[in-house]
Amino acid sequence: MVTEHVSLTVNGQRREADVEPRRLLVQLIREDFDLTGTHVGCDTSQCGACTVHVDGQAIKSCTMLAVQADGSNVTTIEGMASGDTLHPLQQGFWEKHGLQCGFCTPGMIMAAADLLARNANPSDDEIRHAIEGNYCRCTGYQNIVAAIREAARTMQAGAAAPAPASSQA
Amino acid sequence: MATDVLGTPVKRTEDPKFITGKGRYLDDIKLQGMVHMSILRSPYAHANIKSVDTSAAKTMPGVIAVFVGADIPYNPLPMAWPAGGASGLQNNVNTPRVLATDDVKWTGEGVAAVIAETPEQAVDALEAILVDYEPLPTVVDAEKATQSGAPQLHENAPNNIVFDWNVGDKAGTDAAIDKAEVVVRQRIVNQRLIPNPMEVRGDIGWYNPGTEEYTVWMSSQTPHIQRLLLTAFVTGIPEHKVRVIAPDIGGAFGSKIFCYADMALVMFASKAIGGRPVKWVESRRENYQSTIHGRDHITYLEIAGTRDGEVTGLRVKTYANLGGRLSTIGPGIPTTLYGRVLAGPYKFPNVHCEVIGVYTNTTFVDAYRGAGRPEATYVVERAMDLFADEIGMDPAAVRRKNFLPNDAFPYDNPSGLGTAVNGEKVYIDSGNYEPALNKALTMVDYYKLDEKRAEAKARGKLLGVGLSTYIEICGVAPSKWIGAVGEGWGAAMWESANLKVHLTGKIILTMGTQPQGQGHETTYAQIISSELGVPMEDVIVQHSDTLGTPFGYGSYGSRTSSVGSTAAIKAAGKVREKAKRYAAHMLEANVEDIEVDGANYRVKGSPDKVKTIQEIAFAIDLGFSLPDGMEPYLDETAYHDTPNCTFPFGTHIAIVEIDEQTGKVDLVRYVAVDDVGNKINPMIVDGQLHGGIAQGVGQALWEGAIYSDDGQLQSGSMMDYAVPRASWFPNLELDETVTPSPVNPLGVKGVGEAGAIASTAAAANAVIDALSPLGIRHLDMPYTSQTVWRAIQEAKGGAGAKGAADRTNGSNGKGGPA
Repeated sequence: MVTEHVSLTVNGQRREADVEPRRLLVQLIREDFDLTGTHVGCDTSQCGACTVHVDGQAIKSCTMLAVQADGSNVTTIEGMASGDTLHPLQQGFWEKHGLQCGFCTPGMIMAAADLLARNANPSDDEIRHAIEGNYCRCTGYQNIVAAIREAARTMQAGAAAPAPASSQA
Repeated sequence: MATDVLGTPVKRTEDPKFITGKGRYLDDIKLQGMVHMSILRSPYAHANIKSVDTSAAKTMPGVIAVFVGADIPYNPLPMAWPAGGASGLQNNVNTPRVLATDDVKWTGEGVAAVIAETPEQAVDALEAILVDYEPLPTVVDAEKATQSGAPQLHENAPNNIVFDWNVGDKAGTDAAIDKAEVVVRQRIVNQRLIPNPMEVRGDIGWYNPGTEEYTVWMSSQTPHIQRLLLTAFVTGIPEHKVRVIAPDIGGAFGSKIFCYADMALVMFASKAIGGRPVKWVESRRENYQSTIHGRDHITYLEIAGTRDGEVTGLRVKTYANLGGRLSTIGPGIPTTLYGRVLAGPYKFPNVHCEVIGVYTNTTFVDAYRGAGRPEATYVVERAMDLFADEIGMDPAAVRRKNFLPNDAFPYDNPSGLGTAVNGEKVYIDSGNYEPALNKALTMVDYYKLDEKRAEAKARGKLLGVGLSTYIEICGVAPSKWIGAVGEGWGAAMWESANLKVHLTGKIILTMGTQPQGQGHETTYAQIISSELGVPMEDVIVQHSDTLGTPFGYGSYGSRTSSVGSTAAIKAAGKVREKAKRYAAHMLEANVEDIEVDGANYRVKGSPDKVKTIQEIAFAIDLGFSLPDGMEPYLDETAYHDTPNCTFPFGTHIAIVEIDEQTGKVDLVRYVAVDDVGNKINPMIVDGQLHGGIAQGVGQALWEGAIYSDDGQLQSGSMMDYAVPRASWFPNLELDETVTPSPVNPLGVKGVGEAGAIASTAAAANAVIDALSPLGIRHLDMPYTSQTVWRAIQEAKGGAGAKGAADRTNGSNGKGGPA
């Protein structure tokens, strides 16, 4: 079996693995690094359950090879809280019942974090457009939009988003 | 003292783990020595299997074993709900084997299984398995499959008919239709859907060679039922040697109720390879082929009435596509849960429904959110709109005119609810339909909508308004009605609860229901907190593990809040009664003089003589000093068999705008006024409605499982099946009326499916309303741009609208519109 060595930062920690060239980033995260908060929901890159941040951008980790992430800075859902302090998005999803089964939630939060980093005060339409690549079958999206709206409001009001773990590398 | 949290929108206790990525779904479970299974699936929809050669696959890297059907000495999967129950109606039953042996009946049926060290090695080896298939002719359409000349799937099912079932008064309905002033006839299709929970299915089987016991993890809505079915019906393993565990479940919507071949396969494989755990997780494409589909009815409806808007009869014939082999309860869905509720909230004096269950070379069909009631609501709500259109009456007025009056209850509906065979009858217990209709009409300013139509038209849009005034039947079900004697579900449907108050005052409530995102850990804690006066954080709700827990029937059919909660309340009641007796003992009083106020058990008239439940629990659990005849510990189990189903109802209104040039349909407004009785947690109730509405609208506007004539699933991945996205919906507007159910102490009805049941018809009626100025009377779903554009072109071309209703004027021969 041919393998490549990859070395990257995940949630602020240096991680390494030997992987087959065909291994997806989501498999590296879930199987090699045991961070199972990132989920696989499809096999054709529609659903977004696998969304993580790579070098500050939300990407679908099922559509990236592990070897492509060599040398990068990755943040997963496990890196969003700071100790016991939830990220305002996590808090918003909790307050507004933005999740039911929870399976889409990590990807949703990572996509929303990317949105709020680019647009601190999005309209509902902008929120809905930004999460078009994240499917939810439980909530009808209503309370997800409410959760992201709430997080935007609290972040604007000065609630500190914990410094993302990736920046502590 | 605990504040009463019942009925309040408390935040969910489940959420902290999910929002931090610490949920534990099936694929997150990793066990020492675990290996992986892949399944080779038939690429043909109908074929004989001449041979299977696994020799090359067995030599591939990492491969531990390869199995074919002949290796597995298990029975075919069970079918536990024949149509017609104990009536003796003929059901021609064929169910899947754990792996197909002689033939395959749909694309995706499993033919071989590979066990390998890694998932990639297991999948790689599939390509090395050589199967010699002899392809056979295929049929995928349920109506065509019953016609002469169609390929025959099973020897025991002539014309591919599984059953021919009917309900209602045939003679009366035939007469009503024959002599009616107005009859409208329409063929309508309720298209096949793929449930698409965000988490696909998976299992882990682990055999213990020392004890000969199995542990099976499965993403299942029914762990206790699967333990029983897999042992007693499929594998022959003694029932007490299998433990089933459901981990966190990432959505289900019915698709995870059933007994699937892979469950038995992982058990077999683990034992065959010496006891290593075997994990199988389907890919999404596999899920599309081999986990159940929903709906797929072809219906001929006839609605009869008077010129001034009174309905007099409803005659329905439905071909229900059940797939290539039957799923666990396939026949029950288009019969009990569809035919028996066709009359909706209306006072039809005559109803008759015939349902023909049919085999075709497609994936098996079974319960999907709403399970029969969305199909029934779609039929009757389209029928009411067709009738209204025919007589030129406002659709809201026609509905109001025909609503059951408030004094009609308990109501023995003529579509068969009260006529269960040999068993108990079920009646609609309560209803008050006009207030919800009025509220919804007010919310959309219904009578001013013509202004909006004109304004939209000026923008090149056709505006349409659609109503759905629905009732549904859920909170399943009284065992005497649905059990083996009655409707045919070959089991009961009661529910269990065990409640222990531990030494330190912490409570564990163990339930036989099964959450898949509905927030049961929160809602049950709210109930127990209210019942026993303890803080919510002192209540833990456990579920999903059959080890040492009472048997329970799982969660589907919106049964948890009505049936499950009542079992929990009964168990709490037993605890309270024992605590009272012990308080009397501690306080040296008579039991009759103890009054219970939340967590406090005090002597009437002596406010300082009081013990808390925590103090009582400490003493009873230690058991130093118990009164004669009292056993130690506060530990009570209750089983509850509900006396009736429950009947949510309401009015939904959808407003769409259709682009006249492109046919694109936009949902611009959606209003839902639902009566689900009392609400344990209004926030969770709203969430269920949002999700259900999104799925029902999804059916109307976007979704559909498409088969080619040769049985290939063309909507084979999320690239081709339109799972609805966030940007496709407006904010949904919810309101309520509240008619508490008399069926359970909380007065709740259940809400898990109501949104999906009402909404398809509302959205469909809105689209047809928008197109009606062009002369279009009916169009089949989904209303994709292409479908709508073609219909608009045809209508404008004057060739006649697609699917126009057959307008018949009955026996008095009066002429009508052409």
